[in-house]
Amino acid sequence: MNLYRYASPASFYPLAGRLWPVFAVIAALLAVYGLYEGLFVAPTDFQQGEVYRIVFIHVPAAWMGMFIYLVMAFYGVLALSFNTRLSAMMMRALAPTGMLFTFLALWTGALWGKPTWGTYWIWDGRMTSTLVLFFLYVGFIALTESIDDERRADRAGALLAIVGSVNIPIIYFSVTWWNSLHQGLTFSKSGGSKMAPDMVIAMVAMVFACWAYSIAVALVRARAIIREREPAHVWNGEAA
Amino acid sequence: MSSVSLELVEQSELAPEDGFWVALKRDLAIAMQNKGELAQALAFMAIVVSLFPLAVGPEAQLLKRIAPGVVWVAALLAALLTLPRLFASDYQDGTLEQVLLSPYPLPVLCAGKTLAHWLTTGLPLAVLAPLFGLQYGLNGDELGVLVASLMLGTPVLSMLGAIGAALTLGVRGGSILMALLVLPLFVPVLIFGAGAVEQALSGQDTTANLSLLGAVMLAGAVLTPVAIAAALRISLD
Repeated sequence: MNLYRYASPASFYPLAGRLWPVFAVIAALLAVYGLYEGLFVAPTDFQQGEVYRIVFIHVPAAWMGMFIYLVMAFYGVLALSFNTRLSAMMMRALAPTGMLFTFLALWTGALWGKPTWGTYWIWDGRMTSTLVLFFLYVGFIALTESIDDERRADRAGALLAIVGSVNIPIIYFSVTWWNSLHQGLTFSKSGGSKMAPDMVIAMVAMVFACWAYSIAVALVRARAIIREREPAHVWNGEAA
Repeated sequence: MSSVSLELVEQSELAPEDGFWVALKRDLAIAMQNKGELAQALAFMAIVVSLFPLAVGPEAQLLKRIAPGVVWVAALLAALLTLPRLFASDYQDGTLEQVLLSPYPLPVLCAGKTLAHWLTTGLPLAVLAPLFGLQYGLNGDELGVLVASLMLGTPVLSMLGAIGAALTLGVRGGSILMALLVLPLFVPVLIFGAGAVEQALSGQDTTANLSLLGAVMLAGAVLTPVAIAAALRISLD
């Protein structure tokens, strides 16, 4: 069987239709298990108390936020170099999920920071680079939504994602150095370095739950994009 | 406008790198015809820089403390306002389509246009920056570092901005959209640029930040013309 045939929206549409419920179920099961482990089984942190439990969503969200942008840039490279429609569709299907996770990371970080650091926001290097990443997502979505010609929107978005991903390391390091030029970190996040086994299990479950959720949502969104743009393929694909 | 362009672009049997000079001369010639526009960005910068003391109070100590940030953010905004000038009028009168058909490699032409943009926006800003610095009580060496950081940093603003300008050609809500696209990309330049001046203020060695700015500029000079050309091809497809 030739896997490349799934690069065509017509054959991808039914495949995505079969796959997304699988990932959705995996995400739901892992999330339930991970939250149970994280909220009820894992021991209370001896320094931070119960507040630390927000890391079980905070850390996976922050990872997904960064990772999804790189996946988008990867799809952008495919879209520009091979001119494949599906790559661009996947790229655009991922963007809202990436933005959501970046926002979640900032939001949960703020909620964790208030009781722990005594403030919702400090200009810590990592927080600031996550904020800039959030702005990159906003720019990407704003650009692709403002262009009416879908083909141009896809290609412009692909180029922007690539330029952004080249910039991400520069932004990350510049912000880290910027902060360290001013002052050392008053608070350190490294409290979780010696995590109890239950904490590790909860964290791993939540990370994979977020992965499965992202895949499921991206597949559903890609199906919606295909349905919108190529109605004829959808019905042929469903029938086949 | 287009008569200038056709004359210059029609000299086709030349080496590829000549496209750089063709685009540069042509854009400079057009900029010289609209001297008022050149002054506008500077006036904007002067006004923004003068607003801050009115907003935060005339305390000399505080003003000196915020000077690097204020001047640099004002420079970012001024650069942003001049970016539509890069391609918009050429796009409207159809010149840009002819540029894409020209025998010169497009990235080379884009590099020339970007340099022309910097010479008419970033360079005057950097040259006049000591005036803004004096308003905030910076002196000798600090002014020198301010000028150096703007000299190294503003070219990057033109280069990254040109990508945004090319991507948003003819898109509705273009100027706000362009701000959303390019301002996050400007973050490293802002940090290194303002950081260098801040280090000068506190008597530290500024070479690290200035070197990083220089590195970003050189990397940008190599990479961005290709991206600008790709963006133009996407927008005019």
